[in-house]
Amino acid sequence: FPEVFYCCVSAPGAGQDVGRSCILVSIAGKNVMLDCGMHMGYNDDRRFPDFSYITQNGRLTDFLDCVIISHFHLDHCGALPYFSEMVGYDGPIYMTHPTKAICPILLEDYRKITVDKKGETNFFTSQMIKDCMKKVVAVHLHQTVQVDEELEIKAYYAGHVLGAAMFQIKVGCESVVYTGDYNMTPDRHLGAAWVDKCRPDLLITESTYATTIRDSKRCRERDFLKKVHETVERGGKVLIPVFALGRAQELCILLETFWERMNLKAPIYFSTGLTEKANHYYKLFITWTNQKIRKTFVQRNMFEFKHIKAFDRAFADNPGPMVVFATPGMLHAGQSLQIFRKWAGNEKNMVIMPGYCVQGTVGHKILSGQRKLEMEGRQILEVKMQVEYMSFSAHADAKGIMQLIRQAEPRNVLLVHGEAKKMEFLKQKIEQEFHVNCYMPANGETTTIFTNPSIPVDISLGLLKRETTIGPLPDAKKPKLMHGTLMMKDNSFRLVSPEQALKELGLTEHQLRFTCRVHIQDPRKEHETVLRVYNHLKGILKDYSVQHLPDGSITVESILIQATAHSEDQGTKVLLVSWTYQDEELGSYLTALLKKGLPQSTA
Amino acid sequence: FFQYCLSGHPTLPCNVLKFKSTTIMLDCGLDMTSTLNFLPMPLVQSPRLSKLPGWVLKDGSSFLDKELKECSGHVFVDSVPEFCLPETELLDLSTVDVILISNYHCMMALPYITEYTGFTGTVYATEPTVQIGRLLMEELVNSIERVPKAQSASMWKNKEVQRLLPAPLKDAVEVSMWRKCYTMPEVNAALSKIQLVGYSQKIELFGAVQVTPLSSGYALGSSNWIIQSHYEKVSYVSGSSLLTTHPQPMDQASLKNSDVLILTGLTQIPTANPDGMVGEFCSNLAMTVRNGGNVLVPCYPSGVIYDLLECLYQYIDSAGLSNIPFYFISPVANSSLEFSQIFAEWLCHNKQTKVYLPEPPFPHAELIQTSKLKHYPSIHGDFSNDFKQPCVVFTGHPSLRFGDVVHFMELWGKSSLNTVIFTEPDFSYLDALAPYQPLAMKCVYCPIDTRLNFIQVSKLLKEVQPLHVVCPEQYTQPPPTQSHRTDLMIDCQPPPMSYRRAEVLTLPYKRRYEKIEIMPELADSLVPLEIKPGISLATVSAVLHTKDNKHVLQLPPKPPQPPASKKRKRVSDDVPECKSVKQLLSGSIPVDQFVQTLEKHGFSDVKVEDTAKGHIVLLQEAETLIQIEEDSTHIICDNDEPLRVKLRDLVLKFLQKF
Repeated sequence: FPEVFYCCVSAPGAGQDVGRSCILVSIAGKNVMLDCGMHMGYNDDRRFPDFSYITQNGRLTDFLDCVIISHFHLDHCGALPYFSEMVGYDGPIYMTHPTKAICPILLEDYRKITVDKKGETNFFTSQMIKDCMKKVVAVHLHQTVQVDEELEIKAYYAGHVLGAAMFQIKVGCESVVYTGDYNMTPDRHLGAAWVDKCRPDLLITESTYATTIRDSKRCRERDFLKKVHETVERGGKVLIPVFALGRAQELCILLETFWERMNLKAPIYFSTGLTEKANHYYKLFITWTNQKIRKTFVQRNMFEFKHIKAFDRAFADNPGPMVVFATPGMLHAGQSLQIFRKWAGNEKNMVIMPGYCVQGTVGHKILSGQRKLEMEGRQILEVKMQVEYMSFSAHADAKGIMQLIRQAEPRNVLLVHGEAKKMEFLKQKIEQEFHVNCYMPANGETTTIFTNPSIPVDISLGLLKRETTIGPLPDAKKPKLMHGTLMMKDNSFRLVSPEQALKELGLTEHQLRFTCRVHIQDPRKEHETVLRVYNHLKGILKDYSVQHLPDGSITVESILIQATAHSEDQGTKVLLVSWTYQDEELGSYLTALLKKGLPQSTA
Repeated sequence: FFQYCLSGHPTLPCNVLKFKSTTIMLDCGLDMTSTLNFLPMPLVQSPRLSKLPGWVLKDGSSFLDKELKECSGHVFVDSVPEFCLPETELLDLSTVDVILISNYHCMMALPYITEYTGFTGTVYATEPTVQIGRLLMEELVNSIERVPKAQSASMWKNKEVQRLLPAPLKDAVEVSMWRKCYTMPEVNAALSKIQLVGYSQKIELFGAVQVTPLSSGYALGSSNWIIQSHYEKVSYVSGSSLLTTHPQPMDQASLKNSDVLILTGLTQIPTANPDGMVGEFCSNLAMTVRNGGNVLVPCYPSGVIYDLLECLYQYIDSAGLSNIPFYFISPVANSSLEFSQIFAEWLCHNKQTKVYLPEPPFPHAELIQTSKLKHYPSIHGDFSNDFKQPCVVFTGHPSLRFGDVVHFMELWGKSSLNTVIFTEPDFSYLDALAPYQPLAMKCVYCPIDTRLNFIQVSKLLKEVQPLHVVCPEQYTQPPPTQSHRTDLMIDCQPPPMSYRRAEVLTLPYKRRYEKIEIMPELADSLVPLEIKPGISLATVSAVLHTKDNKHVLQLPPKPPQPPASKKRKRVSDDVPECKSVKQLLSGSIPVDQFVQTLEKHGFSDVKVEDTAKGHIVLLQEAETLIQIEEDSTHIICDNDEPLRVKLRDLVLKFLQKF
């Protein structure tokens, strides 16, 4: 029999930390890396996962069977070119089509900022990004991708960003589901995550918002609109630094519909560059958005905005209110920083930071309360404009995570991508409600889960049919007992009837027969004794076929009973009871029964 | 395993497969060639059509002159056009569990099946198939409903009457089964029963069968299907293409190791090369326009039109046609053009790469942007204001019996400057043109059918090597008009099994095994024994559970403990249960060792006698003898149960249980 399968998960960079995702799963001898994220908070070696951790020596390509990327956020794919081109990995990398389309753009964007603006060396190049993307195999939703003969993967809709997916990894009957980041409630432009009842041995789920309660997002949206509206009403300008893809589109849809509903006139601009391109991706991959957008796209493409126009740098000096979405999102360079410098001095204006900012960026400084910033040339910029922070990332909350567990019915749950304290709370909840083991490994820690799978074998149709059709009485409640021979050859398991097993092995049956002499006292004639025995057995063995044959013998099923008179004592009759090993139980019972003698009344 | 053949049309198939315990309908094709027997439905009153004379029988009786009209020697039914449905009587269609759709052309009969037969199952199709299929149905319903025709002819269908009619009406089959078009509510109801699937998605049906769609390379989202259990595999190949047009290439590898391969939807024009036809299309179009004429292209709103527009995009500048307007007129023209751009994942590699840039995959986006291609829902409204001649018009329906195309045939038919170019292969162009005769306009036949031809089929079959091939009877003989072309038929070994409409085939394969799962507790309890090098055996006595067609073996329950208090029992309480479980024994008993064993166990008076076939071991004191032969052992003793059991167990030590 195969040894116990096990599934072992180690987290080079995704344990109790929201920084980046990179998880290694070993399942039934296959090694799969889930996500290859980068830590946005570090500028040194710590930025990338420690891949030497995976194989002390030896090539990654030999060790890993495949790499799976869940979505295009850099904390899930940012280390990919470093991993494949600088450390060296030539095996397959799987991601969905939108992720494959958008991921290289974000990587290039990030590379430019790091290398060109900050002048860092020892970073991947544009060519490396291209070479890395050549190793990517795009997958469809629900497509079963056969990585090799044993390993298969399947993507499910995750609803976190455009193209975000959860993945099922399966080897034989062992499986793991990795959620990546996901969202269980449809938002303005994406649908809700969904997974079928695939009963994985292990569900690895993110837990960013492990303790957050639902509806807070709707509140944040209302809050956001209120703040933008108020600022515009009093004639102020609103700056929203964003990254070109993802949150930007959601906020655009939000403002676009609000403007439409409130009939507002103040202009909304989107800084050029990636923007139009970004919206284009959304248009072309509209099948990945939510039901409503997909249904109406012929009449009205939600990503063709009526109120939102392209920004020109000259517009920044225009008088009057306006709203500007500008890149990059952390105010560390480029257009968003330029506009910020122009508008910072006026307390009527507002900057809304819709996402996380890395230490050292202007965004991070103002969010931490700094109001006097030193710019290049020792200039001091005094920030009088209002600074707001609002998180709009689409993650599942505690309720959503529980809902997903209910959908998938895993046997074990493993929490990653969250803060230890919140995860602990969720872990207890999961264990209480679902009675499954829940793990939360720290960074670099390995969790091993033993599974005890049932073993699939081939049963010959003849045996199966025989067992399902025959039986004493068709009693549905009584379990059907079956007997067969399991033949194990190489790695194939076949369950066949004992006869077939003998035949296939070229063996003959050995018949074991018993014949017992039972003496009973009965002075009557032989045939009368036989009749008495017959009536006696017939009365007791109601479920059996008891027959009195013309030659004077009795059969009970295939057991033969013959009577002869004792050679010396005519008053004693000898019953010869003869049965085969297959009737052992009944034969033994019969001799015991006959030994007790015949009832007097049967005369 | 049976196949019920409900359609006789080889490219619009409808088959039902009984596979294990499931009933699976493969495609739902609607034969629309029946409409060729009807008069066209003009959008604008046509004096020519309304003046056609009624048909009069040879004996002068004219009772059919309201229903039948004569035009250039042909007789047409003056009624709302009707379609020939798949067979509905061959089996109870309410028992169909699932319907698998292979491409949008093969689902046009879906509302008739799902809305009229008591069907309660699920339909599976890919997203592009559903979206574009919806557009085709919408166009069909729209073109028929917007020309209200009061008359519905039925007298001619009477068998006695039909006999008297001229061909082809006389020979039309199953006219009593012909039906009018469905309505939009029926279309919506039918489409709501569809569940979307992706290529290579494994879909479990009732635990017994797994079905998987595979890319077939013919149209956006078109699929072949694998229907398999653990031991049987049926491949359903319908409308596949190996040409590089816009869809994702055909997945051939997954068709390997099929027990049965059902082959439908081959090219309808096996002698025409699609590339050559496209070239002819372009040159004829250019010539007509250069001479100041108009070009009419009767077409479906999706499919080949995308490829034609792409060719024209590359061709118009070099051919000096930049100023000629291209019009695409269909109630679903806009939707079709928009939808084509959003199915990146279902497109060929080149088009996918464009989306990554990001650019629209089809260049008709640019034709629209530069106003070279304009689309309109119908000839009414904006189109009449924008209409400039000479021009090129793409519009439906290819049968020329309904849709905006009827208007253009009436408008342009009288001038020899104009050309109608037939590209769709579904209808005979001569039959399509019959009610428009006499016609001055030029007619060019450039059928573009990218589906497999017979050379490609034989290569495919060699490649995937199915054990048996099943196909429509039309593919097992050369086309009737080219009976000498024996290359235009399927050639494989063993020869294909053929089917025709309303036939039931028994598919030739036999199952021998089934999957069963052994629960871990039971597996742990098994004791494997190596019988031969590399082969181990374990006897399994277990409880069989079957649920949802899945079989599981579990440890048998422990026998209930006998009650502690020893009540007086009736004899019958002890009767052992009848059991079907019978263990077999194998091996042989070496007499010397057996005797030694007996002595070791305290039998002191063992005597051995040789017989012809073996030995007899005597235990004199116990009046017991044991006959030992090569394949049998017989223990004959007095009724001394402890002794018998002891001897039994000693014998069993030398034997193996099975």
